[in-house]
Amino acid sequence: MSDKTELTTTQATEVQPAAEQKRVEQIVRPAVDIFEDDSGITVHADMPGVSKERLAVKVEGDTLSIDGVAEIPMPERMEPLYAEVRATHYQRSFTLSPEMDVDKVEASLKNGVLTLRIPKREEHKPKKIEVKVG
Amino acid sequence: MFGFPGFDTSIFDDLLRIQREMESMVGGPLTTAIRSMGSVAFPAVNVGTTPEEVDVYLFAPGVDPTTLDINLQNNVLTVAGERRVIREEGASYYRKERFNGEFRRVLTLPEDVDPDRVDATYTEGVLHIRIERKESSKPRQIKVN
Repeated sequence: MSDKTELTTTQATEVQPAAEQKRVEQIVRPAVDIFEDDSGITVHADMPGVSKERLAVKVEGDTLSIDGVAEIPMPERMEPLYAEVRATHYQRSFTLSPEMDVDKVEASLKNGVLTLRIPKREEHKPKKIEVKVG
Repeated sequence: MFGFPGFDTSIFDDLLRIQREMESMVGGPLTTAIRSMGSVAFPAVNVGTTPEEVDVYLFAPGVDPTTLDINLQNNVLTVAGERRVIREEGASYYRKERFNGEFRRVLTLPEDVDPDRVDATYTEGVLHIRIERKESSKPRQIKVN
């Protein structure tokens, strides 16, 4: 049974190289700050050049993904002289844990910085435990 | 940018990849531009040119544009400013990858830029500085009589 599974996997891998011939698009991993407080987790991501219309924030299963395309207006016939930024597609994803309320994720975008707020479910917010002195 | 549609940068990409591989092997190239800052510089800079102008793009998200100090002396462009990331007290931080603090970038532009004709705009975290070239160096159509 296990032999058969392995064989199938090998075949699937062999098919791949042909599909990879296509030039792979460069993806930028945006720099992020992530912190947690009592009520949830906040993510700040640097995505310069991305407008609201070209930004997608998705939760699929336990994965939160951000995907944005920068659009920078450039004059016609411009030739590159020097470039540190060589791709305009930003992508990054995070695995969430079950205590996070994925239905209440809030996203905002200002000056090229994306802010995500992922609240914890009510029952997971920390409760202070009093220590009784006996 | 410059991976943007319309630019064929494949040769450029290969050169850059080779350069990066060399850098990672020997701990940095032996020769770099005097004002280059390595790969961690903030803000990242792209420069493009047309026969009429030089366009500088600085990728500076989350910066208050009123605090930017942009200076062009002949063909040396200096952009200084600061980005203060507001840190929440009492929160536990898992990642702090974003640049926080003061920055200054200095770029040498082509020599025929006109320091009197510059404009700058800040949109979606990208600062675009447009500098016209001097009239005398712009391409001219010469009529044959």
